[in-house]
Amino acid sequence: MALKHVNAVVVGAGAGGGVVAKELSTAGLTVAVLERGKWYSAADCRKDDLRNQRITVLGNAFGPDDERNPRVAVDERGEQIVYASEAAYSNNAACVGGGTFSYGAMAWRYLEKDFRMRSSYGAVAGSTLEDWPISYSDLEPYYEKAEWEMGVSGDDTGNIFKAPRQKPLPMPPLSANKEHLTLEPAARRLGLHPFYIPMLRNSVPYNGRRSCMRCRWCVGFACELSARTGTHNTVIPAALATGNCELRTNAMVREILLDGSGRAKGVSYYDAAGHLREQTADLVIVCGGAVESARLLLNTKHKLFPNGLGNRYDWVGRNLQSHTYPAAVGQFDFDTYDDVGPGASIAICDYNHGNPGFAGGGMLANEFIRLPYQFLSLTPAWVSRWGPEHKEFVRTAYKRTISVMGPVQEMPVFDARVQADPKVKDYWGIPVARLSGHKHPHTLEIARFMAGKAEAWLKEAGAAQTWRRPVSNALSGGQHQAGTCRMGNDPKTSVVDKDCRVHDVDNVYVIDASVHVTNGGFNPGLTILANAFRASNNLLQAWKGTRVRS
Amino acid sequence: MSSKKTMLRRRTFLGAGLSAAVAGASIACGGGGRNGAWRFFTAAEAETVEAIAEQIVPADRDAGARQARVVAYIDIQLTRHFKRYQKAYRQGLAGVDRASRAKFGKRFAELAPEQQTEALIEVEENSREFFDLILAHTRQGFYGDPRHGGNHNRVSWKMVGLPFPPVRGRQHYEDQPKVG
Repeated sequence: MALKHVNAVVVGAGAGGGVVAKELSTAGLTVAVLERGKWYSAADCRKDDLRNQRITVLGNAFGPDDERNPRVAVDERGEQIVYASEAAYSNNAACVGGGTFSYGAMAWRYLEKDFRMRSSYGAVAGSTLEDWPISYSDLEPYYEKAEWEMGVSGDDTGNIFKAPRQKPLPMPPLSANKEHLTLEPAARRLGLHPFYIPMLRNSVPYNGRRSCMRCRWCVGFACELSARTGTHNTVIPAALATGNCELRTNAMVREILLDGSGRAKGVSYYDAAGHLREQTADLVIVCGGAVESARLLLNTKHKLFPNGLGNRYDWVGRNLQSHTYPAAVGQFDFDTYDDVGPGASIAICDYNHGNPGFAGGGMLANEFIRLPYQFLSLTPAWVSRWGPEHKEFVRTAYKRTISVMGPVQEMPVFDARVQADPKVKDYWGIPVARLSGHKHPHTLEIARFMAGKAEAWLKEAGAAQTWRRPVSNALSGGQHQAGTCRMGNDPKTSVVDKDCRVHDVDNVYVIDASVHVTNGGFNPGLTILANAFRASNNLLQAWKGTRVRS
Repeated sequence: MSSKKTMLRRRTFLGAGLSAAVAGASIACGGGGRNGAWRFFTAAEAETVEAIAEQIVPADRDAGARQARVVAYIDIQLTRHFKRYQKAYRQGLAGVDRASRAKFGKRFAELAPEQQTEALIEVEENSREFFDLILAHTRQGFYGDPRHGGNHNRVSWKMVGLPFPPVRGRQHYEDQPKVG
């Protein structure tokens, strides 16, 4: 039995897809959302420190599972099949809400310069560094919409580097934790400008949801109170409430269906029972995240697009980027850890730009709350890996250690890429993503510079000992994955136009972090949400009932 | 009448629950190896793993890997999420015993603690891949959630001073003044 035709089929119910579903269905379009994962709830907070979305030694708590979803990773050791819970897989969650279901929920606006990196710093050899085709001011109203409609707490009035905003944040910050109180005066002594991190997390009851109770199980876990905000507890329920939107979980999309002229007519997907179904639609909107969105376009072959949809000039899957995280750790002679979630609380933007000799930089903040197993990753190199010395370190340092880190804006690399693997297929027989490439050397230079700044901050705060965590040049991806379907005005050097529509076809859109030209020196969540609001708005302006104006 | 019936059902249910819990406990206690109830390891392998784990996290004024039942964690996971490491363990443990026999003439578990340390340093150098595997798994079994078979009685969480049961809802009564 054929499925009912809809105006728009949305592939993926994460940050981008959730917003698109709500905006389109509210405007009266019929929408089918296909999500390959499940819909978890607050009750799925299992507080398991070995199986969540951040520590995955016993598997991903919120998908995808290891058995059905392999990828191929290529590095110095050659090519190998990797499981979804392994680091080289570059996973982002597969569930309703996507990454926003279990993330840390920092809610950053990128800075004005982050949208014009090429103009600000010039060409960087070996990098495809470029400006976005839109500016901060194009996105500003939608940042505000995301902040107020979904709910952001924090206080960035102390951040003199922030881009202009029309409205303040809707909620005050959560009170400072011990790490914040330790770091704050030190930052001021150094002449820095600390402030409360903006978070998609209720500090007071907001939009019918409760406020954070500051428990230990935060980033990586389901929020037990649903006080942390994602698309799963905001825009997606709102979309379903319109009556125009249907959400199908465990729905694995195989390819975009194209007619003879190369226009999209829908998608084919495997439903929860494993049956191949066809969902026809006027519009196909791809929101699968930077790896899976690129994979879907590459797996969509047509006589007009023999190398994949949107891939006429070989840009699909290119420029895979994320963030390099330099980190410094300080050990104090007094307790600095108070076990109060979410942990991350204080940040500075003094080093996002204006660092002599460096093309950019990143925000620095104290790290999220950690459970003991996770804490082990902070061990300095001079402590033996096992035996009495290691145990003694954990015992004395667990509550006396602060980690300061930050996401360095990466220099995009053309050869850091996603391809459809020619041999390996997933459970459904669909060619899997093949990941290859490295970070740009300048990204690592910036990261080392930033680690030094983080270390200086910890020293000023009174750390008795400090050390840096090494950064590697391994391919960047994971939860902040971006860049694989670049947004641009020139079809020869980008995949989608500034409205996120694929250059090649007038009814296929990519609306997720894939379109980010560069990824800011910040966690990308709020920018994905804001851009999805913007792209949805532009799509609706052009909507003529059955199609968009070309 | 209906309440009596309910009561009866409840009692039956509780009884069933209890015996299931006891059965579960006896399997977990297979950690002693008394009834050969290891899921994957032979009794001798379990002794070797326990001795290695105790070297990695030795007991001092706080419990070590043995008391935390790290070997139970590894044994359980080798039949679940770590199935793909079964072969590595079988070969790796045999290798550890081979090396300690060659050096000291005895199985690893039978060596004196100082000899074990010496032998394990050699394993770390010569069989880095297996050593890293058992090192990671020992840390997980010691510091991870007790539900997976290790960290018995939350010994490591007590060691680092994590409150149990965890404090929650603190925001509502311990509000600190905003700084800055």
